[in-house]
Amino acid sequence: MLSSTADNLFWAARYAERAGNVARGIGVASRMAAVSARLGDEVGEWRALLTATGGDASFHRKYPAPTGDAVVHWLVFDHDNPSGILPCFEAARHNGRAVRTALTVDMWEALNDGWTHLRQLTPDAVEGEALPELLGWVRDRVTLFNGAAQETMLRTEAWRFVRLGTMLERADNTARLLDVRHQLFGPDAAEAVDYVQLQAVLRSVSALRSYQWIYRDRLAAPKIAELMILRPELPRGLAACLGQVAAMLDAIADGQGGRRGECHRQAGLLAAELRYGRIDDILGEGLHAFLTRTIARTAELGAAIEDFYIRH
Amino acid sequence: MPRVSQTKPAAFNEMGTPDSVRAAYAEIDRWLRSTPREMLDRKRREAELLFRRIGITFAVYGEGGDPERLIPFDLIPRIIARAEWERLSVGLRQRVRALNAFLADVYGPQEILRAGRIPRELVLENEGYRAEMVGVVPPGGVFTQIAGIDMVRTGPDDFYVLEDNCRTPSGVSYMMENREAMLRLFPKLCARHKIAPVGRYPEELLATLKAVAPARAGDDPTVVILTPGPYNSAYYEHCFLADEMGIEVVEGADLFVQDRIVYMRTTAGPKRVDVIYRRIDDEFLDPEVFRADSLVGVPGLMAAYRAGNVSLANAPGAGIADDKAIYPYVPEMVRFYLGEEPLLANVPTYLCERDDDRKYVLAHLDQLVVKLAKGSGGYGMLIGPHATQEQRLEFRARILARPGDYIAQPTLALSTCPTIAEQGIAPRHVDLRPFVLSGKDIRIVPGGLTRVALKEGSLVVNSSQGGGTKDTWVLEDDGPQAGMTQSASQVAG
Repeated sequence: MLSSTADNLFWAARYAERAGNVARGIGVASRMAAVSARLGDEVGEWRALLTATGGDASFHRKYPAPTGDAVVHWLVFDHDNPSGILPCFEAARHNGRAVRTALTVDMWEALNDGWTHLRQLTPDAVEGEALPELLGWVRDRVTLFNGAAQETMLRTEAWRFVRLGTMLERADNTARLLDVRHQLFGPDAAEAVDYVQLQAVLRSVSALRSYQWIYRDRLAAPKIAELMILRPELPRGLAACLGQVAAMLDAIADGQGGRRGECHRQAGLLAAELRYGRIDDILGEGLHAFLTRTIARTAELGAAIEDFYIRH
Repeated sequence: MPRVSQTKPAAFNEMGTPDSVRAAYAEIDRWLRSTPREMLDRKRREAELLFRRIGITFAVYGEGGDPERLIPFDLIPRIIARAEWERLSVGLRQRVRALNAFLADVYGPQEILRAGRIPRELVLENEGYRAEMVGVVPPGGVFTQIAGIDMVRTGPDDFYVLEDNCRTPSGVSYMMENREAMLRLFPKLCARHKIAPVGRYPEELLATLKAVAPARAGDDPTVVILTPGPYNSAYYEHCFLADEMGIEVVEGADLFVQDRIVYMRTTAGPKRVDVIYRRIDDEFLDPEVFRADSLVGVPGLMAAYRAGNVSLANAPGAGIADDKAIYPYVPEMVRFYLGEEPLLANVPTYLCERDDDRKYVLAHLDQLVVKLAKGSGGYGMLIGPHATQEQRLEFRARILARPGDYIAQPTLALSTCPTIAEQGIAPRHVDLRPFVLSGKDIRIVPGGLTRVALKEGSLVVNSSQGGGTKDTWVLEDDGPQAGMTQSASQVAG
């Protein structure tokens, strides 16, 4: 297939996924801000979300302080934020429109309707108690897009590049969300850790119930780390996402008669480490160090995929 | 004593008059009489929804408002009887053969210029003439593989060619989508007519494009369609045709040239391209040869083309054949190259550059249509009888300032077809653009795009100027239609 088509499909899926993740992140942060008010650290939650979405510096150039309102505006509407929900939908639709015939009608409508709705929003859509409804709606649109891809796309290269984009973006997001709360997982954290904060980590990847189904136990930091990093059952976990990335790259290579390159090596290595890794080793090394490295390697993998398939 | 009518003569109504409906429209007449207006309104909304959903929009930028507009679709089909079509199609073949012969000649031996049948400077100093093409012989000698010939009608037997489009004519997707819509909305009405199908157009187009591939490409050449991108007004059509033909739609950045061979960038590495159906203008094709600031072209493309390593459809420079100043000479081309009398008539045309013509034009501005010689899309046009005195004075000044830019033609009483209007079904002016494909042979899918001027009395059918479209039905036989079903056989002209 055309490299530019693959590129557009890959990024349409990445931006759609990013919009959903940001919506999820805002939901958790606003909930946490509500419950941490008793600890007097509302701002800490919003700051953590800013860090996780990677827009710290540009945010502070525009806004005086990370208040809830400022961060929500930045993450929903602000065109200077490439990870904001509206800009993400716009970018996803733009990529989708450029390869209109490579998308199925259902996928296109999920993007197009989402964008049409979002760009008509006025600021009161996030004011008062209106925010949760909007966030739920955004997540629905992304779920619809992913579901439409799953149900309507031919299983050809086009599908694999869409999937590659979704999974790479999701892995990156999970690593970042976990990383902003890495203190919870350090050796000295044991006593001070707030149950609510642990819940928040799980909620941010929609995994609170999943934890119970897998461990049937009280929330414990090491188990949460294991679930999110190593357990292949968790669909937003690193092992599942990067495993899918490796599988998709393999499928693309097989479809082309076995042509492979650096991106296949990197993806295979990452997936294998997660598949055979132990949580004690990771926590022993330090969660922050591990996640920082994983985020960097995921970005490097993204670049290697582009080098091999898109910009050769 | 009878008074002389001050209004222009009534236009020919293709359906006939209430007392005498023309045979081809008999069934349509019955249908219109028996169909309540509410039902037509409902079907019209259904059609609009259908078009929106498929995303058939025509982009109009720089005018404010919705940039992605829907071209209005009129539900009442325009009918062409078999015998009428036969005549037309023979004439179209003849005309396109002559146009291609002319192109091969002006970029080759230039016999028609040496014979003095067309003024030399009119061709060689024309903006549409590409000196870069001199000496190039494309496969099969064909320069305009896809031509759209705009036809108008003024009477039962009077057809005129209004304009030849030899560069990148668009609109064929509407011809096909309109038929799809009619089959969905009115299957029974369709079944009562024997309509020649148009669905084979993409197949015929692909066959034509393959037929003009470089010889070394073999039986299965790689064909692509080159688009300027999503912001182009006809982007939908580019994607539609690519989809229907199962080929890639590429932008300039998807292609590159190495050692005078064109490749496209694919996920499996570079893939050689043999034929490019380009839907971008000459000037933007190759920044190394034409406009250096072109971002949508492919550097090195012309070198690859001249080396015979890739085919371009239509060939660069084909625009010289559809220039409005060259148009008056097309009948002469038919005589010169084919030794035949032209079967399709031209509209009499005055070139303001010529002293005699200009004098006539300036004296008859209230009766003529004045057009830019290089314009398209109905912009910059004066329709004399409908213009104000002020507008006429303005055009007078413009013509005197730059006579070479203007041509003029008599206002034709364009034929009308029944059309759904606000106040009921009323006659509206129409034209017709059939698409003529030239490869090893000439193929014409019966029919074409009928454009209709939706405003009462308006003669401007361009979609950018508020025109709409209709489905065009060429009947497979002219016998009685009642009770017959549509033939499954596919007919290509």
